[in-house]
Amino acid sequence: MGSKYDVLVIGGGNAALCAAISARRGGASVLVLEGAPKFYRGGNTRHTRNMRCAHDAATEILTGPYTEDEFWEDLLRVTSGQTDEVLARHMIRESKDILNWIVEQGVRWQPSLGGTLSLGRTNSFFLGGGRAMLNALYLTAERLGVDVVYDAEVTDLVIEDGMFLAARLKRPINGETEIRATSLVAAAGGFEANIEWLKQYWGEAADNFLIRGTPYNRGSILKMLLDKGVQEVGDPTQCHAVAIDARAPKFDGGIITRHDSVVFGIVVNKHAQRFYDEGEDIWPKRYAIWGRLVAAQPDQIAYIIFDSTVVNSFMPTLFPPIAGQTIAELAGKLALDPAALEKTITEFNAAVRPGTFDHTILDDCVTEGITPPKTHWARKIETPPYLAYPVRPGITFTYLGTRVTKEARMLMADGKPSANMFAAGEIMAGNVLGKGYAAGMGMTIGSVFGRIAGREAAKHARN
Amino acid sequence: MHGTRILDEADRLMTVCNSCRYCEGLCAVFPAMEMRRAFSDGDLNYLANLCHSCGACYVDCQFSPPHEFNVNLPKTLAVARAESYAAYAWPQVLSGAFARNGLVISIVAALSMAAFILGFAALSDRGVLFGVHTGPGAFYKLMPHQAMAALFSAAFLYAILALIMSVRAFWRDIGTPIGGRADGVSIFQAIRDAGELRYLHGGGVGCYDEDDKPTDRRKLFHHLTFYGFLLCFAATSVATLYHYLLGREAPYPWWDLPVVLGTLGGIGLIVGPIGLFLAKMRRDPALLDESSYGMDVGFIAMLLLTGLTGMLLLILRETAAMGPLLALHLGAVFALFITMPYGKFVHGIYRFAALVRYAQERRTAA
Ligand SMILES: Cc1cc2nc3c(=O)[nH]c(=O)nc-3n(C[C@H](O)[C@H](O)[C@H](O)COP(=O)(O)OP(=O)(O)OC[C@H]3O[C@@H](n4cnc5c(N)ncnc54)[C@H](O)[C@@H]3O)c2cc1C
Ligand code: SF4
Ligand code: SF4
Repeated sequence: MGSKYDVLVIGGGNAALCAAISARRGGASVLVLEGAPKFYRGGNTRHTRNMRCAHDAATEILTGPYTEDEFWEDLLRVTSGQTDEVLARHMIRESKDILNWIVEQGVRWQPSLGGTLSLGRTNSFFLGGGRAMLNALYLTAERLGVDVVYDAEVTDLVIEDGMFLAARLKRPINGETEIRATSLVAAAGGFEANIEWLKQYWGEAADNFLIRGTPYNRGSILKMLLDKGVQEVGDPTQCHAVAIDARAPKFDGGIITRHDSVVFGIVVNKHAQRFYDEGEDIWPKRYAIWGRLVAAQPDQIAYIIFDSTVVNSFMPTLFPPIAGQTIAELAGKLALDPAALEKTITEFNAAVRPGTFDHTILDDCVTEGITPPKTHWARKIETPPYLAYPVRPGITFTYLGTRVTKEARMLMADGKPSANMFAAGEIMAGNVLGKGYAAGMGMTIGSVFGRIAGREAAKHARN
Repeated sequence: MHGTRILDEADRLMTVCNSCRYCEGLCAVFPAMEMRRAFSDGDLNYLANLCHSCGACYVDCQFSPPHEFNVNLPKTLAVARAESYAAYAWPQVLSGAFARNGLVISIVAALSMAAFILGFAALSDRGVLFGVHTGPGAFYKLMPHQAMAALFSAAFLYAILALIMSVRAFWRDIGTPIGGRADGVSIFQAIRDAGELRYLHGGGVGCYDEDDKPTDRRKLFHHLTFYGFLLCFAATSVATLYHYLLGREAPYPWWDLPVVLGTLGGIGLIVGPIGLFLAKMRRDPALLDESSYGMDVGFIAMLLLTGLTGMLLLILRETAAMGPLLALHLGAVFALFITMPYGKFVHGIYRFAALVRYAQERRTAA
């Protein structure tokens, strides 16, 4: 170290590693600076499970096909059209080849077990999960001769006229506090772990948000880039947020704090009032809307309430439900007003109309005469013990980012492409995801643009 | 609340894993776990014995320490597994032997070998013990075949009885609520899974020993040990048939079947245990159950001793060392037999039973 690298990659997750490997395979000398300690390497990628890729035919791991057009339509639907069509279609096309490329980098897919999630057609699952995937990428990168340094937080970037010159470090590495490189790949994730920044858009409510992933994604690199003239993309209030258990740790609780029991009961706020149609849509959409809904409630807290007849209908949960033999007892444990909760449940039960329950389709179990209605899967809550999960908004990742071209090259505010700066992953996800989310796209964005960014950065460095 | 502290911890981890399930493609433990929502002691002992300690779910887990969820499945299941051996041991009064297994094995081995040497010497004069004996029946100059057969059959039958009784208790406990007797198809599946060590492969890449770089080393040495043991067993069985059916007495020439099988097996029993021991020394301490270190090493040492004395006997059988070596070898084998039900040997039996149960569950669920 000390000598100048061809390509400097900032970050240590999927996007960063794909970029590093691809740059190294392109003949460049590569340094990866990961801000986190080794155990926490790989940011939110550690918590992922699957990736969405287009493919023309079924494979060992995927039932199929999932065509480019279908992927595009899914993306259009979740984003309500807020996406850069050229970039998005480019990404979808490239995603086909990523399925194989990623395997060549040592990542293994899990044969479809037909298990927990109904994503066997669109999404490929990493064998052993995201951390296993990352371990494989790190092994490959190291084998190829990529240098990786942990605990290497970048605190400043030296950029002149859209040209990256050097990165400054929080602590010296081999005596150096500044690393120069011919090209830069920024793959340092979003700013979801930066509560102060979230507060700019969400106000004090952000204090009650739980961050599902790494505490190290504080958006510092994103902020530096935007401050130094890189063009911004995306709405800062848009992000992927789900309702997770209120007892989860503030950071890094990962996948296991989620709840998907909403359809089996009702959701009330701290005044014991319902506030949204719990039967609106099927998974995964309903999964992705409840984070925002809870964020809009007083004190950002809500309670999923159901009864003992449905406990085995959804995934087992990390935290046990809170139980009461009567509604009043349950209310007491949740610190809700017992009379109010009893009233809400009595009214709800009275509004339930008979139907045939089937949680896999939009069934005909509905309520009549209450607001908000429950338009599917409505069944009376009447068999003790009564049960509840407290939930809070759980932020998965943010969409504000740097604008890029198809070559993953950053665009400057004046519309000119940067000479040597590239971005991949969550830091530029907003180009594709204006809002909404479809499971597995985070990894697609990281792998596809990471691979492109690495290749282009290496090409630039060798010219 | 469970019977022991480690089962409480195993239960906590199963709750975490069951709400995560990222590892479901790595081995049989996870799919078996997913078939349950609550875990009895028997369930946890079953899962513990299904685990092959490949380490993959530790290296791949986003919640392994230092994460506050502190998920260390390989270690927790290793401790639970070791405790389960004692829990099901027959007769129960001897279950304490597991705890001090290293010591017990060395004492039993030393006593058995001394007994054989002294016994040989007492049965005849010292000249016999240190004499040179060759040709068919040479071994029986030191100890009549009848006596040898009686002694070893008794030890062997005791071991078999104790093992059957123990595994029966285990089987009953892990059987609920699925229950039922083992069926042929499931047994056949389990033989294949055990025979190829299907789950000692970290989901396909190998085992995680000293660090996060997987290797197949442990699997290789385990294969050498296991098949070495089976070959030695086959050698003894063939020799027994020779003796009773063909009236041919040991020792046999080097090219004859019992010696060929015994030689191959002996090599396996020397290389395999040494390799396993070195792998254990190098293993990441985070994955190891230190409390059963004595038991593991004791068993490895017994296998090595058996292999080593057997091979030496083969090489030096026409010299004056034959007598003492035969005594040592027989002593080692004897000690191996009678300590079998109270040491690491049982891991194979319990794991096999767990694999049968797993095959059965898979078939019922399918
Ligand atoms: C619980 C959970 C489950 C998810 N499941 C899925 C899924 O199944 N499929 C899917 O596609 N997506 C999933 N996602 C989203 C996915 O994690 C992200 O889209 C993806 O990880 C983004 O990859 P990345 O490489 O851009 O960023 P990350 O993987 O977050 O990596 C960013 C890296 O940058 C480093 N860094 C930050 N600042 C600095 C700095 N100043 N200096 C140096 N390094 C720095 C961080 O330490 C980190 O290593 C999930 C997210 C969460 C939280
Ligand atoms: S070991 Fe970790 S990653 Fe694997 S299933 Fe359990 S909690 Fe999930
Ligand atoms: S066999 Fe391996 S992956 Fe399975 S539980 Fe044991 S250590 Fe984990």
